[in-house]
Amino acid sequence: MTDLVWHEHTTLPRDTGLVVLPGGFSYGDYLRCGAIAAKSPIIDAVIKHASSGLPVLGICNGFQILTEIGLLPGALLANTSLDFICDFCHVRVEREDTPFTGHYRKGEVLRIPIAHYEGRFYLPEEQLRALEEEGLVVFRYCSPEGVTGEDFTPNGSPNGIAGIINRKGNVLGMMPHPERATESLLGSSDGAPLWASVNSWIRGRLGV
Amino acid sequence: MRPDHRAAGLSDAEYGEIIRTLGREPEHAELMILGVMWSEHCSYKSTRRLLSSLPTSGEAVVQGPGENAGIVDIGEGWGIAFKVESHNHPSAVAPYQGAATGVGGIIRDVLAMGARPVALLDGLCLGGQSCPEAAALADGIVKGIAGYGNAVGVPTIGGKTLYDGCYNSNPLVNAMCLGLVPLDGIVSSRTARPGQLAVLIGSRTGRDGIAGAAFASSGLADDTRSSRPQVQIGDPFVEKLLVECCLEIHSKGLIVAMQDMGAAGITSSSSEIAAKSGTGIRINADLVPLREEMEPWEIALSESQERMLLIAEEEALEEIGSIADRWQLDWAVIGEVTDDGLFVMTKGGREVVSLPAEMVGGGCPSVQWPSRKPSGGVKGRGVPSGLLDPPETARCLSTILEDPNLAERSRIYRQYDYMVQTNTVVPPGNSVSIFRVRENRSFVAVTMEVDPWKCSLDPFAGAAETFLKALRPLWVSGAKHLGMTNCLNFPSPEDPENHWILERSVSGLAAVARDLACPVVSGNVSLYNESPSGKILPSPLVAVVGLQDCNSPPLRDSATLEAGSVFLVGDTQGTLGGGAFSRIITPGAEHNPGDYVPLKEKDFMERALKTVRKEAAAAGRAIAGGGLMTSLAKMCIKADIGIGLDSAVLDSDPECLFGEWGPRAVYLVPERSTELFLSCWEGFPVRRIGEITPGGLTLDGHEMLPEETRAEKAGRK
Repeated sequence: MTDLVWHEHTTLPRDTGLVVLPGGFSYGDYLRCGAIAAKSPIIDAVIKHASSGLPVLGICNGFQILTEIGLLPGALLANTSLDFICDFCHVRVEREDTPFTGHYRKGEVLRIPIAHYEGRFYLPEEQLRALEEEGLVVFRYCSPEGVTGEDFTPNGSPNGIAGIINRKGNVLGMMPHPERATESLLGSSDGAPLWASVNSWIRGRLGV
Repeated sequence: MRPDHRAAGLSDAEYGEIIRTLGREPEHAELMILGVMWSEHCSYKSTRRLLSSLPTSGEAVVQGPGENAGIVDIGEGWGIAFKVESHNHPSAVAPYQGAATGVGGIIRDVLAMGARPVALLDGLCLGGQSCPEAAALADGIVKGIAGYGNAVGVPTIGGKTLYDGCYNSNPLVNAMCLGLVPLDGIVSSRTARPGQLAVLIGSRTGRDGIAGAAFASSGLADDTRSSRPQVQIGDPFVEKLLVECCLEIHSKGLIVAMQDMGAAGITSSSSEIAAKSGTGIRINADLVPLREEMEPWEIALSESQERMLLIAEEEALEEIGSIADRWQLDWAVIGEVTDDGLFVMTKGGREVVSLPAEMVGGGCPSVQWPSRKPSGGVKGRGVPSGLLDPPETARCLSTILEDPNLAERSRIYRQYDYMVQTNTVVPPGNSVSIFRVRENRSFVAVTMEVDPWKCSLDPFAGAAETFLKALRPLWVSGAKHLGMTNCLNFPSPEDPENHWILERSVSGLAAVARDLACPVVSGNVSLYNESPSGKILPSPLVAVVGLQDCNSPPLRDSATLEAGSVFLVGDTQGTLGGGAFSRIITPGAEHNPGDYVPLKEKDFMERALKTVRKEAAAAGRAIAGGGLMTSLAKMCIKADIGIGLDSAVLDSDPECLFGEWGPRAVYLVPERSTELFLSCWEGFPVRRIGEITPGGLTLDGHEMLPEETRAEKAGRK
């Protein structure tokens, strides 16, 4: 069951398993993306949910909001092309041991859309190295064959970073849209296993 | 000081008419209001008579012209509201905001019907790519459409873009929106009754876009920067709130009538509701939420964006207010519907405007401009074009593919979010744009066309062909047309030759609409598209909406196939007039336009639809710009396949290889479907012209599409 939660509310529905911060243009994003949403009343409840170890997923603008809240490190800057980019791209699954990726295999290549202007992940070099060393990158842009590199990174993100997770492993932020890739009629169903993964994880954890 | 009626945009004759009707001279505010409401943009005074010749009713039409958008029936109680509208002049002056607010305006037109906006398309006629001014305008326009459409959360699923020097300082931006509406939930603007209240919801009113409609009704001045205050500023976030808020209010059954505030703002929205409902309306300017101090006439005419006018019963106010508050939108009761037939505006307790509502919202006298057939002759003369050997054919093809008008458009559409709402089945970059309607499990297909070169060669045949170029790909994809909308982009109608071309173009559209039963359900007129550097070519833009049930999937315009046959349906020969070959390869040579043969088009339609129903082909593409060879090249590039052509069944003249006009298409057919395919096309010219091969597009063994071109065009380089 899925509930929409109004931004001015201060509590999540009882027994919430997964919190999704979806894509969009929160409050118009006229300031830094996600900066105002990070101050909206519901956010405290999201932080509480995350600190209890339950999964939080930020997609696109939701990823930007997670970095603004501080649940994930870094920031999302304008694409190097300075254009909004809407397109299918390929990402490689770097970890299969998270609540969100259990139904994938490590190294698997997904065809999945992006639609953003600010999707270039940024962290100061040293922290970026630490992030990589700790294995917190979950998705990386790549070629259809799984080769990573600048040529296959549409927005200029360093190391082709498309999605990262926190150390605790329950807060994932990603620029690609898994919710737009759940039906082959619309071009791809490669995002569907992500939802199945998190569903299984929650059922296992809550014993339902 | 007495304001000059000419400065307000009124002719001596119109001013005389106003004095006769009123029995007095108009007040200052009244004069300003009538100047705007009687402008071409608001009144359609030059084209009303012409537009009445367009067929507007048909089986699927639920709402024809006269409302904020037309509506067609897509079955099971659902309708699609749609309309296209120009924002040409604002985009010439301030390309980003001009294009952005064009998108915002057309979304509110569809919202005003009670429909949820579900798709956007844009028709862009941009200046030559070698002109820096035009390139800057083009970039701003695309960024503006992206900036607004992406943020408001309505996918931009397609459109049409072309380039010509005639648009260097006068680009055309025609925005189209489609909305989904339950047929029992359509909102009208003609249902207001005396005693009901006028409620304004949305942005505060400011001094932006004052008298923009009048500005859009004359040629562009040399220094367009001085017109910037007449361009509005868009706020897509407020628009999103407004859409959700109005739909929520509507879902509670609290809206009696609704109108968006576009051109001429409060004046047009309120006077049109009164005129259409046969009532009066009394607006109190003191109640309008303002951003700054403004004169009454400025309040009346401000084109501040993201505002809607709702007519509601007094009992509904509390609930309307609480919904608007929740969406954090300003709202105010600004007046009431009266029974005196007058459009009245008060300020500080004083009546500053008191005019018959009918006179303001629909009473402008028609203007009949004289017509004269252009003396230079409109038709070209037929010139024998000679034969092309395979190497020449390859050279022509690569030159044509280099032309910006034939190039693929991913640089543009990648900047638009074309997937949001997750219903886009066939995205931009295809011959047809298709979205899925979950509510009745159907596919809605949309195409958009404009062909100024064919229209300037022969406005009747050219406009008809423009319309047909929008229809044929729909049929080939498997969708049956339901209705069309159009935007008549032309230069000044006051020039007799321009007016003759406008008349002939409308006749061409009317003929196709009638012959093929594709009624016009909405539209827009944009005249005076000229600047000191010249006038635009005649550019009527047509968009067609079609429907396909979900039992057979849409046929794509290319497919990756290991083996199979390539079939050409339709005449072997096309026509060169106004086409890519004559424009790019033989500029200066004159070629005839094609003929419009309604029966042939009908035969083509029936067979194309049957082909999809029977699943008799793997891919199909209606032949359009650049003719047969260009269509084949695009199929090869897109699906990374090869095609070996058999020169024995093709003619080697440019009419066959590069000709356009008329119902022709190429199909890729797997061997097992050959018989079925041929049975679908029985009684129509059809021939097997080649076969699918591992690589290359070859004619008699000569490569037509060098690997570099192929890789570059496919975006692999």
